[in-house]
Amino acid sequence: MLGSGLLQGLKVTAKNLVGSFHDPERLTTLEYPEQKAKLPENYRNFPFLVSENATDPMGTLRCVGCQICEKECPPQCIYIEKSKDKKPDATGKMQVYPVVFDIDTSVCMSCQICVEVCPFEAIKMDQVFEIATKDRFTALLLDRNQLAKPNSYYHEIHPTEAAEVDARLLAERKAAEEKAKAAATPKPAVAPTPSPTATAPKPPEAPAAGGTPAP
Amino acid sequence: MIGATSFSPLLLAAGAGADSFLERLPLVIRDTVAGVFPAPLQWLVGSTLSIVAIVAIFGGIFAGLTLVERKMLGRIQNRPGPNRTGPMGLLQPIADGIKALTKEDIVPRSADHLLHYLAPVALLAFSILTFAVIPFGRNLVPLELDAAVLYFFAAGAASELAIFMAGWASRNKFSLLAAMRALAQLISYELPLLLSFVPIIMLAGTLSMTGIIDAQAGWQLGFIPRWYIFTPWGFAAFVIFLIAALAESNRSPFDLPEAESELIAGHLTEYSGFKYALFFMAEYFGMIALSGMAITLFLGGWRAPLPFLEFIPSYAWFGAKLLVLLLFFIWIRGTFPRLRIDQLTRLAWKFLVPLALVNLGTAAFWSLTSGWSGALQLVRWALTIAMVIGPFVLLGRGLSGTHRPRTYRYA
Repeated sequence: MLGSGLLQGLKVTAKNLVGSFHDPERLTTLEYPEQKAKLPENYRNFPFLVSENATDPMGTLRCVGCQICEKECPPQCIYIEKSKDKKPDATGKMQVYPVVFDIDTSVCMSCQICVEVCPFEAIKMDQVFEIATKDRFTALLLDRNQLAKPNSYYHEIHPTEAAEVDARLLAERKAAEEKAKAAATPKPAVAPTPSPTATAPKPPEAPAAGGTPAP
Repeated sequence: MIGATSFSPLLLAAGAGADSFLERLPLVIRDTVAGVFPAPLQWLVGSTLSIVAIVAIFGGIFAGLTLVERKMLGRIQNRPGPNRTGPMGLLQPIADGIKALTKEDIVPRSADHLLHYLAPVALLAFSILTFAVIPFGRNLVPLELDAAVLYFFAAGAASELAIFMAGWASRNKFSLLAAMRALAQLISYELPLLLSFVPIIMLAGTLSMTGIIDAQAGWQLGFIPRWYIFTPWGFAAFVIFLIAALAESNRSPFDLPEAESELIAGHLTEYSGFKYALFFMAEYFGMIALSGMAITLFLGGWRAPLPFLEFIPSYAWFGAKLLVLLLFFIWIRGTFPRLRIDQLTRLAWKFLVPLALVNLGTAAFWSLTSGWSGALQLVRWALTIAMVIGPFVLLGRGLSGTHRPRTYRYA
């Protein structure tokens, strides 16, 4: 009969109206500043510098100031000044470190090229999006103190990727130790261990066995 | 205006609660304040007080209603609604008011400045005029008119004039289109609106609001009030009245004059700041006034729904009924999509007007058979219900057009 659809519609909205009061599951919205949605793991923008230790971020930066990212950056938003002295890096090797490491986030386009070219796993993509500032010049130019974030934070935002990176760094460190041991022993040229390099690409995954038959 | 000292004996005899202190309180306050002034000025002060009370109370209801509407629409759409300003968003109307007051008032250069300025003022004035004749309580009729119903709808119809004024003066194609739509809508829906309550005037035999409420006094079987909505023809008339009232007050689903998706904001496109707020206010006042009219005509005015509840003052009952109707309007707004202009006019001319005309006959039958009793009483009810449902079903079939599913042909 005419009007039955209207009554059904009224029933649906009445259910919503009453239900949203006693069933919080119905309310799909989040109260944003207080509650935040979990970002997908692969979400990325603006790079940050990884440091090993949260208590001493400047002393344990993975960055060795090699300036590859600075040269590769398409919009030229990275500025690095190397140190004159050397410090032991993550693998224990003596390395220079960046005295100045600036990223101009008003220029950065979040392309991730700096991350891809870095041989030391020192720069990674962040997940920040609340980046509004009152000053558009100095506040958007981030220095190394603002950029440094601990490895634990990296694990928080990109867990899978961070685990892979840690495993790779560990293997690298072991290989370096073995190499050092081998160098210390008097017998040379026994078996040079093929150490995996940090930048070596992973072998492409084999196609899944028993895939769909060709049509 | 009825003063505290001039109760009509009929009203006094009407119920036990008629003479309670709470019932007389508004009039006592008015007369006390007016008594301070010299005698020649007392009528003026009394009227001014009534006006101030109406504007303050309904202004407050308007402010609260904007918040309630947004909250309720939010809940209907499974979101919390405004909750940032103050506890639970209770200060939202104040924030809205401050925003509207401090916003720049922009007038288009090619607009008709005088009419552009006058339109919101006229609209608000007309919608406040309609409050003058509504009986808010047993003795709370601001203006006692013999032809109050006619006056009410004359003032209500004049508000469409102000909407057209706004559309024309803005010199904006969206505004003008919206104003034309508003006029088409008014002409279409004025007819079912007026026809729907003609039976009531027929049965009550008066155009006065207090007369109509008095005609609804008393109880059937001791506890069912004799309101017109509890008769078959009265219920049908109430539904027609509600639909037409929605269209008259430009509320969703008949909000074509300000269809956001098609006409920007319709006749409000060129208005900003406080003038916009005035339009908004007038729209809500119109809605409140029409709800008050529906209460008076169909829901027994300020009368209590059950005999033992008569100790509660009459204006509280009026307020409760008003609140229920307003919430129902918001519920409808949150449910139904907007009609197209051809659907809108078809609904009025091919469905509501014939239905209202048939309803006139039904009411006449009801009135003529009022002497029937016993088994004949059941026959009377059955026949009237059939006379209401039959035309509804038949006309409803005609409204949906062909019975086949619609076929589409693409070029």
